[in-house]
Amino acid sequence: MHSLADLFAPIVDQWPLYLQSFWVTIQLFLISGVASLIWGTALAGMRVSPIPVLRAFGTGYVNILRNTPLTLVFFFVAFGFPYLEINFSFFAFALIALSAYTSAFICEAVRAGLNSVPPGQAEAARAVGLTFFQTLNLVLLPQAFRAVVPPVSSLLIALLKNTTIAAGFSVAEAGTIRSNLSELGYAAFPVLLWVVIGFLILVLPLSALQRWFERRWRVA
Amino acid sequence: MKLRKLLVPVAVAVAGALALTGCGKTGSPTGGGAPSADVTVPVATNVKVDGSKTFQAMTSRGKVIIGVKEDQPNLGYKDPTTGKYSGFDIYIANAIAAKLGFGPDKIQYQPIPSANREQALTNGQVDYYVGTYTINDKRKKQVSFAGPYYVAGQDLLVRADDTSITGPETIKGKVVCSVTGSTPIQNIKEHKDKYGAETREFEKYSQCVDALLNKQVDAVTTDDAILKGYAAQQPGKLKVIGKPFSKEPYGVGIALSDSALRGKINDILDGLEKDGSWKKIYDATLGKSGTTAEPPALERY
Repeated sequence: MHSLADLFAPIVDQWPLYLQSFWVTIQLFLISGVASLIWGTALAGMRVSPIPVLRAFGTGYVNILRNTPLTLVFFFVAFGFPYLEINFSFFAFALIALSAYTSAFICEAVRAGLNSVPPGQAEAARAVGLTFFQTLNLVLLPQAFRAVVPPVSSLLIALLKNTTIAAGFSVAEAGTIRSNLSELGYAAFPVLLWVVIGFLILVLPLSALQRWFERRWRVA
Repeated sequence: MKLRKLLVPVAVAVAGALALTGCGKTGSPTGGGAPSADVTVPVATNVKVDGSKTFQAMTSRGKVIIGVKEDQPNLGYKDPTTGKYSGFDIYIANAIAAKLGFGPDKIQYQPIPSANREQALTNGQVDYYVGTYTINDKRKKQVSFAGPYYVAGQDLLVRADDTSITGPETIKGKVVCSVTGSTPIQNIKEHKDKYGAETREFEKYSQCVDALLNKQVDAVTTDDAILKGYAAQQPGKLKVIGKPFSKEPYGVGIALSDSALRGKINDILDGLEKDGSWKKIYDATLGKSGTTAEPPALERY
């Protein structure tokens, strides 16, 4: 059905659109990825902290955000915030939605990592007089991170793919390529094929990074 | 008071999600109920379309599957409470089915979004498609078209009390909304120097119309047929400018190879325009926005 020329037509004619859209995807991914890692780790700290209010907040946050479909989170942010007269660009709204959602998952992965550290470590840290934050930062988290490289990598890859939801909320990322090109009369299959290849190109370095971290942090 | 204000985004989010999943539709009166007697046409008997594979499939199945839109009031619309379809495109599709020998009880509607139309026709998932389908040369390579049965044009929908926008030359500095990646929004973006408008893109026109009523955007742009449908739905609140600045001939989408069916549907459309059915269908749907239109000349290729 499709000739070779048809397969290459979208990328050959429309590569500026592909580049532009994927660049927005990369920006969404990098910024909300860093934000989710920071906020997710902070949430994990809250969930294991000795302060009940923080624990309750962390638990509530994770359970609400983790169990709400991402599209709903997007709706809440992109259409709900303006009702409260909080107005940012739709790009910023997308960053908020993606980070808020992903950090709930990162939190749980990091918490699992913390639980994998033998309790004796925390007890020893307390015994030598470290405070809770010192225990967490100097003893527990470095060991926890080592354990959570594979699950966190998976979450980041999921985040990368989740960025496509922003297409429905006025952010022109890779998820919009198809609607743009199908309006111009391109067949759906070749258009999407190049989107898939674009995502593969982005995911492969992430996998490489995961392997690098795993090797670097391996316990001899 | 505070709590009420906080609840609004939650309600918006939930309503939005429901709209996305197609479970319900917020704040939309129905776009006309069952077709009134005067927009239905008598069902033909002993219809033959020699050499049409699609027609063969329809007759052996005993049912016709029509690809439609379901979220365009007065054009292609499914009432979420009754499940009934109505609108200009729907009644045109019904009339074609009737002339092919399929009564209302032998019609199955299949809502297909714009981006999936070619694939659905190519795969034979629908027998024909009636839903704001613009005939153009690129698409003609993938599917074939009967018609046009309507010539739409890109236009602007604004709030009824807005006098600052009177046409495409007055949208400089305004915020214009349309569906993600649609031709009208690409047109505004590509000619930024000419129009000078900011753009917003959402998944559905209804989201743009909500944003327009909430004053988050100043205008919604797309084919006037779609806009007229929304204006007819909310009389007194919204108006269509009425200065179309492009030509979008709507055709009936048919599988590429089926020229026999294309010829037959062209004949049917011709008949509908000549016997006055076309006009009745228009007046009962899009005409409710206070506009009139003439059936276009068919393009047989």
